[in-house]
Amino acid sequence: MLDIPLDVQANLPVLIVLTPLLGGVIATFTGRGVLPWLWSTLVTGVTFALTIQMMMTLLASGEPFISYELGNWPKWWGIEYRVDLLNAFILLVVAGIGFITTVYARLSVQDEIPDDRHNVFYAVWILAITGLLGITITGDAFNVYVLLEISSLTVYALIAMGKDRDRRALTASLRYLILGSVGASFILLGIGYLMMVTGTLNMEDMHNQLLRMPDLDTNRTILVAFALLVVGLSLKMALYPLHMWLPKAYTYAPSAVSALLAATATKVGVYMAFRFLFGIFGVGFSFYAMPSHFVLLGMASLGIIFSSLTAIRQTNAKSLLAYSSVGQIGYIVAGFSLANPNGVAGSIVHIFNHAVTKGGMFMALGAIAYRVGGTDMKHLRGLGKRMPLTAGALALGGLGLIGFPLTAGFISKWYLVSGALDAGMWQLAVVVLIGSLFALVYVWKIIEALFFGEPTGRTAEATEAPLSMLIPIWVLIGLSIYFGVDTSFTADVATRAASSLLGGLP
Amino acid sequence: MGIELPLLAMLVPAAGALLIAAFGRWPNVRELVTVLTSVALLGVVLQMLPTVLADGFWETTWTTEPIVLFEMLPGIPLELKLEPLGMIYALIASSLWILNSLYSVGYMRANHEKNQTRFYVCFALAIASVMGIAFSGNILTLFVFYEALSVSTYPLVAHKGTPEAVRSARVYLGILVGTSIGLLLPALIATYFFTGDLAFAPGGIFQEALTDGRLTGPMLGVLFFMYMFGIGKAALMPMHKWLPAAMVAPTPVSALLHAVAVVKAGVFTVVKVCIYVFGTQSLVSAGQGEWLIYVAGATILIASCIALFQDNLKRRLAYSTVSQLSYITIAASLLSPLGFMAASIHIAAHAFGKITLFFAAGSIYTAAHKTKISELDGIGRKMPWTMGAFAIGSLSMIGVPPTAGFISKWYLLSGAWETGYTFVIVVVLLSTLLNAGYFLPIVWRAFFRAPPSHDGHAPLSPQDDAFGDPADEVTAGHGHGHDDHHGDHGEAPLPIVFALSCTAAGTIVLFFFPDIVLGLAQQIFKGLPLP
Repeated sequence: MLDIPLDVQANLPVLIVLTPLLGGVIATFTGRGVLPWLWSTLVTGVTFALTIQMMMTLLASGEPFISYELGNWPKWWGIEYRVDLLNAFILLVVAGIGFITTVYARLSVQDEIPDDRHNVFYAVWILAITGLLGITITGDAFNVYVLLEISSLTVYALIAMGKDRDRRALTASLRYLILGSVGASFILLGIGYLMMVTGTLNMEDMHNQLLRMPDLDTNRTILVAFALLVVGLSLKMALYPLHMWLPKAYTYAPSAVSALLAATATKVGVYMAFRFLFGIFGVGFSFYAMPSHFVLLGMASLGIIFSSLTAIRQTNAKSLLAYSSVGQIGYIVAGFSLANPNGVAGSIVHIFNHAVTKGGMFMALGAIAYRVGGTDMKHLRGLGKRMPLTAGALALGGLGLIGFPLTAGFISKWYLVSGALDAGMWQLAVVVLIGSLFALVYVWKIIEALFFGEPTGRTAEATEAPLSMLIPIWVLIGLSIYFGVDTSFTADVATRAASSLLGGLP
Repeated sequence: MGIELPLLAMLVPAAGALLIAAFGRWPNVRELVTVLTSVALLGVVLQMLPTVLADGFWETTWTTEPIVLFEMLPGIPLELKLEPLGMIYALIASSLWILNSLYSVGYMRANHEKNQTRFYVCFALAIASVMGIAFSGNILTLFVFYEALSVSTYPLVAHKGTPEAVRSARVYLGILVGTSIGLLLPALIATYFFTGDLAFAPGGIFQEALTDGRLTGPMLGVLFFMYMFGIGKAALMPMHKWLPAAMVAPTPVSALLHAVAVVKAGVFTVVKVCIYVFGTQSLVSAGQGEWLIYVAGATILIASCIALFQDNLKRRLAYSTVSQLSYITIAASLLSPLGFMAASIHIAAHAFGKITLFFAAGSIYTAAHKTKISELDGIGRKMPWTMGAFAIGSLSMIGVPPTAGFISKWYLLSGAWETGYTFVIVVVLLSTLLNAGYFLPIVWRAFFRAPPSHDGHAPLSPQDDAFGDPADEVTAGHGHGHDDHHGDHGEAPLPIVFALSCTAAGTIVLFFFPDIVLGLAQQIFKGLPLP
């Protein structure tokens, strides 16, 4: 282990948020040229290193969690940051993907965004990552809302920056802005009601107060708060049928932004759901007193089936992957809604596996857009010959989406189906497998175009993507293979995090 | 000693694939590497043979720890283990790969196929997957390599890249992956759910779950159903459509993969699942599995009838394969030692016979550009070696001595007699008649009919236009330029004729010297618990 100054070690949790927060603000003043990118790489790299250190500190401490009080204010007055295995893991994913996509972004951003706006782009980019990290690390319900707004507002801006390539990015961004604000308001109201009842904003405190309430299951305020939060969170994580903002946003955003969002934004939404449903309300209330099993599993199943079917019909590879993402959110939600160890572990593993796979695939599409000028099926045709490494990465990622053995996707599906069987819900197992077969169809659409089509137009002259793009792409795709072969790290973290989420329940 | 050899058997073809890719620019080196790799692989496999044949195999080698590759899921590693049935499969695949490599060199060059490097790389990868299947130590490992085989053969089926090839390859992959993800994978997960175990064990892994009531008889039947139809590669009707579709591939692929490696992976898995996952006792005591006899019997007869009406030679062979595969399935579904023995011998016997037939079909295509049976009048006079080998292969399919097919049919009939399934005996006899009905006319036509007059030759297939990488067009002097294909063609290039003569000879040799295969087959049921 590196020698970390004691001050840094002691203040790790807050540094994970402060570093990119300040770094993002400073990025505004980095001017033109390569400097904004260089600065962002540095900032996200340091942040990533801090999250690694955080994970190691947590594992070394042997404690179930590490608590940090901002400004030494006691946590019932101030803000508490609390890192346990689950969010240390999510932090690692978000910061890692943030770093890798930043490395990747240089050429793609040069190509898609006017030169005089690079500093703004990277500033907003880093702030978006800051928001996501903050949501993940905080143990304070209102702080979640604040950071959610930071990440949402910056993401709206990032999507809108796709306008120089395709003006539809503006409407996509506006649509997300409206729906996202509705979702955020629901969440805010939900948190407000909870505070009315419990008198606190600290998550752990809230949970304890709620448990102490005799009329927990019938208290109208709590029921309304629960409903508001479930709807708001579903919107944020793009659970079918509240996913309408996602496909267009992913399709028209700049390539690097699509990769970042697909890999992290909705995943953090799911993490919030974990915190609220398992952490604050508790498993007993969320999944046994409330009909969440029925609602969430139903929505997730519908999402898996219908968005996969929609994905099959897409002619643009980016929107195909976007619809596929909606389906994958269905898997994740279905997993945790089972509220049993295998299901929740499958959900957590899939957050990671899907982030890595989809991130890599969106980056590969970005590389194709960089070389060929678009991601329609007609652009992809015959690229297997022209850009073998990029096309190969896309194909391997696709196998991961289907859930082929030896890819990370297989592991997730194994856990999900096991969880479904454990719960006696074989119907869900059927849905998961049908989803895989639909994935086979839409992935093969891409593979056939790549390897057995005849290139036309710019595709015919395309050359392999530059190394600065290829390396990040293959790092992620390589990880998606590695974690399909050796699951000791991911499966272990996921099962341990799942059992701590499920708490005292058998 | 010899414990790491199964791993080596996988690594040799995998390393070969890398080398082939590296030498893609130099066709001669590339193909030399292919042939050398295949020889090396056979060497490795042969090294393992004595260990498996040795007395007391089940007490010594079998009880040692398997080779763990990775911890894929907590508690379920990817692992390799030596086992007699797998040995038969590996032995056949690796020995025929040598001949097939020689054959490929002749075929791919003479037909000016493009993307030859991709072809050889995928071929070697497919063989590596085959070795993984053959030596898999648990059902998850088998599943992993089973899927790897589907994916690595997909580019070979779609090789020509024509819309027809791509469409057929879609059917191929769709059915194979569809059945395996839709039925086999859930069956696997359910097996783990009920037993907490996925390891192969002689006698099966379900007894405990059955006795303590976690699993009921009908549930076991459902699982058995999911396994049998989930193994799409065994081509049990109605999951057989992928096999005729795969015939668009270049003939070496049809020959080694779709007559030997891929389809045998299917029936191998069927037999393996029957013996080592379900175990005869569990199936018999639960009263499940009998339906398989009737489904397999129906497949045998229906596929033979379809074969009768195919004019395209390769399609007729494909339907014949569908029917022959169900011989193995029906033999396994008898759930008796003789049945398992028949199944394992037929894996070998059918392999030699069918690869000969496909080699012959490819030879005819290369030399005469003919794909239809109705065009084969008198071709035996121009291509005596090819058609002679074809005749031997046909006899083996029918089961006439002195060919290997006779031995397996003998055991199958004995097994059916022993277990008292008259249905099986009737099916086998009827199917023998049908086999004769669709093979002998071809032989008769080739040798005893006058060749057509020489004004036109068969229409050129779309594959004939030679484009692609210049490197791929080198036809380094096999004495047969492009022009002497038509009209006055003679035999196919030497490597082709050599390979098909060897496999034809092998079909006969296997009749006279079946010791190794018999020995391995006997070894299998030495390990079975006594009923």
